Amino acid sequence: MSRVHVTCTINGDPAEFLCDGGQTLLDALRDEAGLTGAKEGCGTGDCGACSIVMDGRLLCSCLVLAPEAEGTTISTVEGMASGDDLHPLQQCFLEGAALQCGVCTPGFLVAAKALLDRNPDPTETEIRYGLAGNLCRCTGYDKIVRAVQTAAQTINETTES
Amino acid sequence: MLTAMRYASPTTVAEAVDLLGSEPDARVYAGATDLIPQIRAGRPEPAVMVDLKRIERLCAVSSSGSTYTVGAATPTADICAHDGLAAAFPGLVEASGLIGSDQIQSRSSWGGNLANASPAADTPPSLIVNDARAVIAGPGGERTVAAADIATGPGQTSLGPGEFIVEFELDEPPARTADAYLRLIPRTEMDIAVVGAAARVTLDGDGRVAAAAIALGAVAPTVVRVPDAEAALIGNEPAGDALAAVEAAASAATSPIDDKRGTVAYRRQVAGVLARRAVSIAAERARERGEQR
Repeated sequence: MSRVHVTCTINGDPAEFLCDGGQTLLDALRDEAGLTGAKEGCGTGDCGACSIVMDGRLLCSCLVLAPEAEGTTISTVEGMASGDDLHPLQQCFLEGAALQCGVCTPGFLVAAKALLDRNPDPTETEIRYGLAGNLCRCTGYDKIVRAVQTAAQTINETTES
Repeated sequence: MLTAMRYASPTTVAEAVDLLGSEPDARVYAGATDLIPQIRAGRPEPAVMVDLKRIERLCAVSSSGSTYTVGAATPTADICAHDGLAAAFPGLVEASGLIGSDQIQSRSSWGGNLANASPAADTPPSLIVNDARAVIAGPGGERTVAAADIATGPGQTSLGPGEFIVEFELDEPPARTADAYLRLIPRTEMDIAVVGAAARVTLDGDGRVAAAAIALGAVAPTVVRVPDAEAALIGNEPAGDALAAVEAAASAATSPIDDKRGTVAYRRQVAGVLARRAVSIAAERARERGEQR
């Protein structure tokens, strides 16, 4: 059957790929566009490991059909670092050991960035609610929450200075 | 998986109606937050997935005169960020914000929540107490029905072949009127209602209830209105015996199931408690609203 041609912007660059009509955007990003950062955990929108931002909205790419991406602007975890410089969230996750197996980490990073973009100085409660759509079975979440707090502080200090 | 399906994204209601007319095995969707998990769980794949989100009317929020019109596919995140809706229908907006995570909020919608017809859906009780109307498009043109008349059973609706919800209409509430929604889940976030209770109360100038609407979710195959509780409030202050009558009537109106989230007895009791509290909150908001005017 004929495949669907999708043109969009991914992490600031023009991108195009061919996909099947019923393929999820997660599968298309991984298998057609070669971006394997977003992970499939549950495939039903519960775990958030496939989190991406599409046209400014944080969403689970496993619940999006790939052809929906036509004309959209997408950000994935691959776009967070600037060259060799990690995003403060990535740096703080590393330094704070906010991960163990790492499967959930790309989703947490994307969701945490979306949270900080909207609310640069969140309370712990706001962080926990903001990341409620992301599941981690290794860390118990405390290290993740602390890493986001430290990253928020780092970003805010950099912005002020 | 999911690869045999075709994808269609009509940009007008008429185009969507034509498409559904020519493709008997087509399914409309908005956020797909229920549909994709259902297909993954083994429901048959439709031949065509019809994405309604590229139709402007389906994602627009507007107000004209005293009526709000909300596109059926409007993400609940947008509904929660809409100051006019939050001021006019605080309970309905609270119910909208309770659906899933931020990721799900980007996709979930009133139309999907209602047409998916889960007995535990959060927004239908609040849509119903606010007398929301659903504008439905289909092969016979457009028709408008009460939101209360859409769901007919778990996963079952009154929508005919080729029909879909285009938008909802909500009239600005009268003076001294407000709504509230409460939901019990086994944890703080990210679960499905054990019981949901929506209430809307209109007070008269003396603080007595002039009109009331109470609707319960997750305690029957479809949303349950509680006319006995509504009648017990009319003419009384929303306190004391009247609230006790609300609680008893709400518990009595339920026909719940046992499942992993709660037993029949637990759901019955919680339904009464939540109905009483939702009425109290709605009445307090109605009172505050009266003072503002």
